[in-house]
Amino acid sequence: MDPFTVLTGIAAPLLRANIDTDLIIPKQFLKTLVRSGLGRNLFQEIRFHADGTERPDFILNQSRFRQASILLAGPNFGCGSSREHAPWALKDFGIRAILAPSFADIFFTNCFSNGLLPVALPMEAIEALATVDGPLTVDLPAQQVRGGGHTFTFDIEPSRKAVLLEGLDEIKRTEANLTDIVAYEIRRRTEAPWLEIRVP
Amino acid sequence: MTSRTLYDKIWDEHLVATRSDGTSLLYIDRHLVHEVTSPQAFEGLREAGRPLRRPNAILSVADHNVPTIDREKGIADETCRLQVEALEANVQAYGVPYLPLLDDRQGIVHVVGPEQGFTLPGTTIVCGDSHTSTHGAFGALAFGIGTSEVEHVMATQTLPQRKSRNLRVRFEGALPPGLGAKDMALALIGRIGTAGGTGHVMEFTGPAVRALSMEGRMTLCNMSIEGGARSGLVAPDDTTYAYLKGRPLAPKDALWEAALAHWRTLVSDSDAAFDTEVVLNVATLAPQVTWGTSPQWVTDITGQVPDPASATTPDDRQAMLRALEYMDLKPGTPIEAIDLQAVFIGSCTNGRIEDLREAAAVARGRKVAPGIRALVVAGSGLVKRQAEAEGLDRIFLEAGFEWRQPGCSMCLGMNDDRLAEGVRCASTSNRNFEGRQGRGSRTHLVSPGMAAAAAVTGHFTDVRRLMGA
Repeated sequence: MDPFTVLTGIAAPLLRANIDTDLIIPKQFLKTLVRSGLGRNLFQEIRFHADGTERPDFILNQSRFRQASILLAGPNFGCGSSREHAPWALKDFGIRAILAPSFADIFFTNCFSNGLLPVALPMEAIEALATVDGPLTVDLPAQQVRGGGHTFTFDIEPSRKAVLLEGLDEIKRTEANLTDIVAYEIRRRTEAPWLEIRVP
Repeated sequence: MTSRTLYDKIWDEHLVATRSDGTSLLYIDRHLVHEVTSPQAFEGLREAGRPLRRPNAILSVADHNVPTIDREKGIADETCRLQVEALEANVQAYGVPYLPLLDDRQGIVHVVGPEQGFTLPGTTIVCGDSHTSTHGAFGALAFGIGTSEVEHVMATQTLPQRKSRNLRVRFEGALPPGLGAKDMALALIGRIGTAGGTGHVMEFTGPAVRALSMEGRMTLCNMSIEGGARSGLVAPDDTTYAYLKGRPLAPKDALWEAALAHWRTLVSDSDAAFDTEVVLNVATLAPQVTWGTSPQWVTDITGQVPDPASATTPDDRQAMLRALEYMDLKPGTPIEAIDLQAVFIGSCTNGRIEDLREAAAVARGRKVAPGIRALVVAGSGLVKRQAEAEGLDRIFLEAGFEWRQPGCSMCLGMNDDRLAEGVRCASTSNRNFEGRQGRGSRTHLVSPGMAAAAAVTGHFTDVRRLMGA
């Protein structure tokens, strides 16, 4: 997975609350068998008219935000469906960091599986950053967002931070605990034998 | 030992290791797999050359994008067909148990798991689907995961986890006739908001929960995620055991007795501490109808579309204005005056036999109103067969409903069961998000009885009037 360290880029404000994963990537694009190529359909229904032409008022269709790598959003970003297609679509478009007051749990976890950084900041900070004319810097080692004279610090769990900074493979990390897993399985077979599945 | 909640107990029993970075490795007992969120996970395993650790801990079935009509003729939509074929090839290659599309046991993964006895109390259950919370009705810690986590579980049978906080929801009182678990869930989400349970596991307690059937408990836990909680829980009891006994994958004989002895310990200790508590009295509850584009925007059938001027913050007002514009509703409109063009009865929320009985009781001897297209989609082949044995299919067909084959169907419209732009639908599903049932479509979430009442009158109608309650 691509590591995340310091990102400097344009931030697109989409300051709605409860942006759900259906809105981020609608159902018709979930029929894919691969992780790539979803960026072109990111926010499909608010970004494009039904005939496929762009809605000029949508933020990512405005020339200065077409290259955005940061998204500013309202609270409870990523609620709803567990579809990992949502972070895949954001990343494929070029977004690497999402700044919002809060995130839904499953989406939050899915971000870290894909090298995306979700940053929780108070709404006032998000609104201040939305007025900045120029790039923002999201500095993961320093846990800071800087731009337009503002500096905001953010919290992140050390284990999550390490996964992003080093681009760690979570499965490989868990495989280091293989002896624990085997020991657990042996113990459980004795303690809870009814859990063994016997396909009829 | 210190007092523990039900969630604490299941967590402790599944702790494989506490790692130096503070995360916990949790053992996963059961894994449900469907066609939409698994192909990239199987591909990841294949690319890394990793084996699948416990094929028998998985139950797989296609549900999200399968046709609900004429499926004997195959899947006409090529991308849907390719995804189902990919699932079939993957489960065959890895030796994973699979319920084929034309098998009577096929259905929505969250209906099938409990039906087969795959879902058991005290287990950890995951699936690449947010409504995995449904299985919490059995006292299982069940939660939705992303595709990378699906791959993680396939490879290691564990997941790195951070412990959630404990939220207790106590439902006091007795539900009046005509109301059900869906009304309880919607009223709760209306109270706490769609992010109210974020970071928490919700345990549902109180006399109104104890009085619910397993179907009702599943509806309640299913909607936990719409209140922001990844998992909902109901402590198992005799209702749970009566449902499970004799199910194909449930333990038998001596193992059943051993399991039962353990399951009876799966309750929150009486003095266990919860981080957050919510109490609702259901005795005065009215049937619930959502009016906006988030499940939290809900009101009584006797109520009106709210006025954004009543919002407490400018952001909330903006959000309400946007929702009303999308929904094409005017503030102050009585909910009963809202006309509909479509009705959908089904989904992992309300596609079980009890839901169909509730809807059929209202539809019996009545006709679907002119201009309404009404779909009934059983949650599984076994639900469909049971309904047909009880003659419910005849009631629906004679009333003018369509009687379809099982799947997720119009809850999310991945197959052909979609709404056209501007169409307004009373739906027993779980999400009223913009575009959820089709681009530009308008969804109102209701119970099965309320959906049937809307179908036969053409607008929202208090189901209690149609039952003489």
